[in-house]
Amino acid sequence: MIRAILSVSALALLSAAPALAAGGDLGAVEKQPINLSAIGMFLAFVLLTLGITYWAANRTKSASDFYTAGGGITGFQNGLAIAGDYMSAATLLGLSSLVFAKGFDGFIYTISFFVGWPIILFLMAERLRNLGRFTFADIASYRLDQSKIRTFAALGSLAVVCFYLIVQMVGAGQLIKLLFGLDYAVAVILVGVLMVVYVTFGGMIATTWVQIIKACLMLGGGAVLTLLALNHFGFSLEAMAQSAVDSHKDGIKAMAPGTMLADPVSAVSMSLGLVFGTAALPHIMMRFFTVPNAREARKSVFVASGIIGFFFLLVCVLGMAAITIVGTDPQFFEGGKVGGKLIGGGNMPIMHLSKALGGDLFLGFLSAVAFATILAVVSGLALAGASAISHDIYARVIKKGQCTEKEELRVSKIASLFLGALGVLLGIAFEKQNVAFLVGLTFGIAASANFPILILSMYWKGLTTKGALWGGLAGLISAVTMVVLSKAVWVVVLENPAPIFPYEHPALFSMSLAFLVTIVVSKLDKSAQAKAEIAAFDDQFVRSQTGIGAAAASSH
Amino acid sequence: MSDPIYERVRNNPKFAELVRRRGRLAALLSVVVLGAYYAFMMVVAFAPDLLSKPLTEGGALTVGAPIGAAIIVVSWLLTGVYSRFANGPFEQLNNDIVRETLQ
Repeated sequence: MIRAILSVSALALLSAAPALAAGGDLGAVEKQPINLSAIGMFLAFVLLTLGITYWAANRTKSASDFYTAGGGITGFQNGLAIAGDYMSAATLLGLSSLVFAKGFDGFIYTISFFVGWPIILFLMAERLRNLGRFTFADIASYRLDQSKIRTFAALGSLAVVCFYLIVQMVGAGQLIKLLFGLDYAVAVILVGVLMVVYVTFGGMIATTWVQIIKACLMLGGGAVLTLLALNHFGFSLEAMAQSAVDSHKDGIKAMAPGTMLADPVSAVSMSLGLVFGTAALPHIMMRFFTVPNAREARKSVFVASGIIGFFFLLVCVLGMAAITIVGTDPQFFEGGKVGGKLIGGGNMPIMHLSKALGGDLFLGFLSAVAFATILAVVSGLALAGASAISHDIYARVIKKGQCTEKEELRVSKIASLFLGALGVLLGIAFEKQNVAFLVGLTFGIAASANFPILILSMYWKGLTTKGALWGGLAGLISAVTMVVLSKAVWVVVLENPAPIFPYEHPALFSMSLAFLVTIVVSKLDKSAQAKAEIAAFDDQFVRSQTGIGAAAASSH
Repeated sequence: MSDPIYERVRNNPKFAELVRRRGRLAALLSVVVLGAYYAFMMVVAFAPDLLSKPLTEGGALTVGAPIGAAIIVVSWLLTGVYSRFANGPFEQLNNDIVRETLQ
């Protein structure tokens, strides 16, 4: 039984990355008694963020204010906000529970979740900032066919946003039910309503500040808990490790690489999907447009990766501390059976740890932080989705740029309302479903359909509309097909005996296919349009390097 | 066809210098980070015993722990190195190009 739970949670985490590895590993959770201190602290957070939204609403006048906070966020603030976007409930709960269950292997995953960030800085940050204005489609369609590529990129963004939103919503419902003792549907509606309020009224300014506050809370909470945990072991990591070895069922083996990564193909495919999927998540990319210039964009990645790296190391220490403190304490196991099923499921070790070390008040604080985390991530997603609808599809494709800013803003507000309603409905519909496969889909699509077009449009002169379209489609179709044929859907959802596609992650295959098709079709494309697109690269290259012609900032 | 402003930038030898120097640094640092990460992953997959040695005689922490932590810390420090150069001398060069072009 415990093995089944562990393997399901590991399975979800393989694909989870910054998602809350939802539903699948929380399983059907028991509703807990109402937790007043948690609700009180969460209410304080909501009041503070609503106050900020009110303040931000007065500063959100133009489209640029709405989509990118007018480009007036500083590098340091944006670094915090990026960290807030990336450190979701999965990092707090998922990674620590992975270390708790698997020891050193969990640490290896944590490292894999980190290394994408330096690469984003070295290869993408300044070009993203210099070429993009509001959305990722701005960059992809910079010198290619406006309606075709922009539509494809916007639909790619929307697919990623919708799948990810369902994952977050289901996770939010389960987690809140568990931690706060609220009904699943109430929790999902609450998240949906708050998200729509932040985005519609406060736009990017409010969303950014929600993320900044949440990042600080999470960092502060993690640091205090780590100090408490270290204190428990006399501030000696060696003593903590020794004690973990004595408590863990794998003994000394828990401190060394185990069997989780025995298959290098799976490992490489996972890390490719994670690193490049992250780089092409629309709500993460959008953050690069909120700073005034490339200089601040670089600074924000430096700050963000410092915070993320530090926090990841804390999370690993916490997971190791939980092996002893939570893993040997009967009060945290169902029926008091040590080594049995953890109360609340496999994702809960860090929550139990906070109760063991800091009492009910600290547990309440960490629960409120987890709730705030989900809110911040869904707000970023909703904003990215709304801008794909209003800026890309409505203003650029349907109206061909012939609409007023006011109309565009109105459409984006309707779009965020629509996304909020959709998120709530789908969140409720998927309550009992295992949604782990949606995380695989999200990252598969981001890495295979969006990333190749994005990176080739910035780096490869020879890219043409035809190539980008065919390559993007090849990546999209192959990624979706492989996820459907993999264990997560074919066996778990469709209840077939064995998966047809043997790996959990499609990226190694679908991303390679997308690159291959894009390059071959572009090379074969000899049309006049292709020649013009190739010729336009030189000017785009100058702008991507120097920022000449890029939208400047407004101050706030 | 080409925008005259961009044309002028391309003809500025400083632009070629900027692209060459900044591109070289970005490529070098990417190779270092990805090289270290994939080397680590290959050791994990094919020679896990190398990482399983105890850090101190009879201790529980293995050498894998500081090595893994070092990958995170060093690659973060390298983002600092890149930002320092790209926001310092390269940004200076970039500003020179912009000024010379737009004047």
